[in-house]
Amino acid sequence: MYKLILAMRYLLKRRITYFAVLAVALCVFIVVIVMTVMTGLVRDFKQKNHDFAGDCIVGSESLVGFAYYEDFVKELEQNQFIEGVSEVIKSYALLSPQGRDVSRGVEIIGIDPVRHSRATGFGRTLYYRKNNVEKAFAPSYDPNLLGCVLGIDLALDRHADSGYSYYDSPVRLGLAITCFPLTARGALAGAATAPVNTKTFYYSDHSHSGLARVDDSVVYLPFDQAQALCGMAGATKRINAIHVKFKGGVELQAGCDRIRRLWQEFKADKSGESQAYLLDTVTVQSWKVYRRTLIAAMEKEQTMMGVMFGFVGIVTVFIVLVVFYMLISHKSKDIGVLRSIGASKVDIIELFAGFAFMVGGLGALVGVLGGWQFLLKINKIEDWLFENFGYQVWDRTMFAIGDIPNEVSPKVLAAIVVAAIAACLIGALVPSWQAIRLKPTETLQVNQL
Amino acid sequence: MSKDNLILQAKGLEKSYKMGATRVEVLKGVNLDVQKGEFVAIIGASGSGKSTLLHILGALDRPDKGTVCFEGRDLNRMFAGTKIRTWISWTLMFGLLSKILRTGAKELHGDINEFRNKMVGFVFQFYHLLDELNVLENTTLPAMASRSIFGWFGARKWANSRAEELLNQFALGERIKHKPYQLSGGERQRVAIARALMNEPRLLLADEPTGNLDSATGSGILDVLEKLNEAGQTIVMVTHDDRIARRAGRVITLADGRING
Repeated sequence: MYKLILAMRYLLKRRITYFAVLAVALCVFIVVIVMTVMTGLVRDFKQKNHDFAGDCIVGSESLVGFAYYEDFVKELEQNQFIEGVSEVIKSYALLSPQGRDVSRGVEIIGIDPVRHSRATGFGRTLYYRKNNVEKAFAPSYDPNLLGCVLGIDLALDRHADSGYSYYDSPVRLGLAITCFPLTARGALAGAATAPVNTKTFYYSDHSHSGLARVDDSVVYLPFDQAQALCGMAGATKRINAIHVKFKGGVELQAGCDRIRRLWQEFKADKSGESQAYLLDTVTVQSWKVYRRTLIAAMEKEQTMMGVMFGFVGIVTVFIVLVVFYMLISHKSKDIGVLRSIGASKVDIIELFAGFAFMVGGLGALVGVLGGWQFLLKINKIEDWLFENFGYQVWDRTMFAIGDIPNEVSPKVLAAIVVAAIAACLIGALVPSWQAIRLKPTETLQVNQL
Repeated sequence: MSKDNLILQAKGLEKSYKMGATRVEVLKGVNLDVQKGEFVAIIGASGSGKSTLLHILGALDRPDKGTVCFEGRDLNRMFAGTKIRTWISWTLMFGLLSKILRTGAKELHGDINEFRNKMVGFVFQFYHLLDELNVLENTTLPAMASRSIFGWFGARKWANSRAEELLNQFALGERIKHKPYQLSGGERQRVAIARALMNEPRLLLADEPTGNLDSATGSGILDVLEKLNEAGQTIVMVTHDDRIARRAGRVITLADGRING
């Protein structure tokens, strides 16, 4: 009991321990904020990529694409574990606004908007046709025109405060899309006569995926139009990818493995066909693998932040060690007294471990509460800084993020609290060990007073 | 001197300290017997080894050579038993095996910490009260030290009542909530005596208990010790002052590391 009482009194009565508590609180405060924001950014980024790609992608990196997809799509749709399937054309094109003598390179994605919305989060990214996805390619100003959905950064100007200038309805804007149609062998389809296909589409909606590269360079076109533009609508039709969504409860890897097996069987069935060689370029990937180059960079950044804050933890250990060293130096007489009344070495270690636990626990509590409060107001603080000083943590003209993520994860909080207490216990270990090595007679000498 | 009545027996105690490059021999073969109920004063000049002897008798220190037996039990064996128990605690930490081995070592050798807690009470020249605790808490400290948190809750009533009884006996009943810095020197020393007596030890060891007090206050402390001795308490006191030593029942002079006479 005396250990608990003494640890409590050391905590409350010794001013130096306030510094240890403060050091722990500050470290916890910083780590809570950074980890929450970083974890939130990575989680959001992954979710956006997941929404963009669906669960599983059967596709080819080649612009030529692959044939016989209709049969495979039918086969997929017969499976109970699949929620939605979307055939996709992917290629590159030149985009030229009508009446202007400029063009820029874009990525075109040809889709059936309803089917694609079942397989991915496409429908939720629309602005005007969010609740009317089947009319995504029908411009509201003239539904008979051929529509296209632009990445939001192609359609609207982004402000520094992460907002856009929206209009009540899309402006009438014609866009000439020029593609290079390819044969199944990869040659230009009309090399001798017309090497390019050009068609005009009208801006019908924009898609805000939250992924900078997608929002800044993708143009969604009606599936059959994109197929024709890319030279894939011949006698043997081709596509570039099939995006698949699993039903709820289907584990990602297990679902992908099943599709992989189905694909292998399908490929074997088609081995005698004339364009069977195109099927060799097709891979079956989960969305995580499909978007790995982007996600891996973000995860690497998160890991680096984790390592950096590991160093912050080491600094905490050092601060606690110094404070404990000073405190135990002042308390050597107490150790001698306690030993003289029968306290064992284990008791002395327990006393200082209990004290370290309290310092760590209190510091972590203060840091967590402070960090939590700060996170609740982080976006208001950023807005205030931007309005008054023009400062933003992330320049929204460069980074495709809205609000700073501030959703506190109980798991992350628990891990930080445990780490803070562990850091304090480690910091207290060396001075405590020194304390028990002191002979009671040495600490009770007159010159020790 | 009856052997059955012997509480403490020291034989051939030797102790030296390293001071810089030289080794100073403090005790050079000290033999001492203390009977139950005796009030023994050990007198000697400063640096004669009085405090060292007292610390060895109370198991706060170990001799280089020689033995101390308390009621026939060798303190060296207790030190060895405690070392084994501590080692088991560090290496096995938890579990039934650890408990069995520690209990076995305790049964076999005894435990030096338990000895310090229950058998002896120390009174120091500079009181050595803990600044963070009040008078009552300082007094009950030995009772707390020998119990777990749960054990303490069971014994708290008894311990507080015993401490209050002792403090009332030493005219400190009004001061139980005071902190050591709020007390006079004499009051602090009386609290230190109360703490030493908390677990009703068989032996009270006092190291210059009046050394830091004026003569009137010091005399008051000696009155307290005399009364305790009259009630049957065995006391060994160290002092450098002849007049104080004369208040004891027997005076032993320590000079040049040996007991004279």
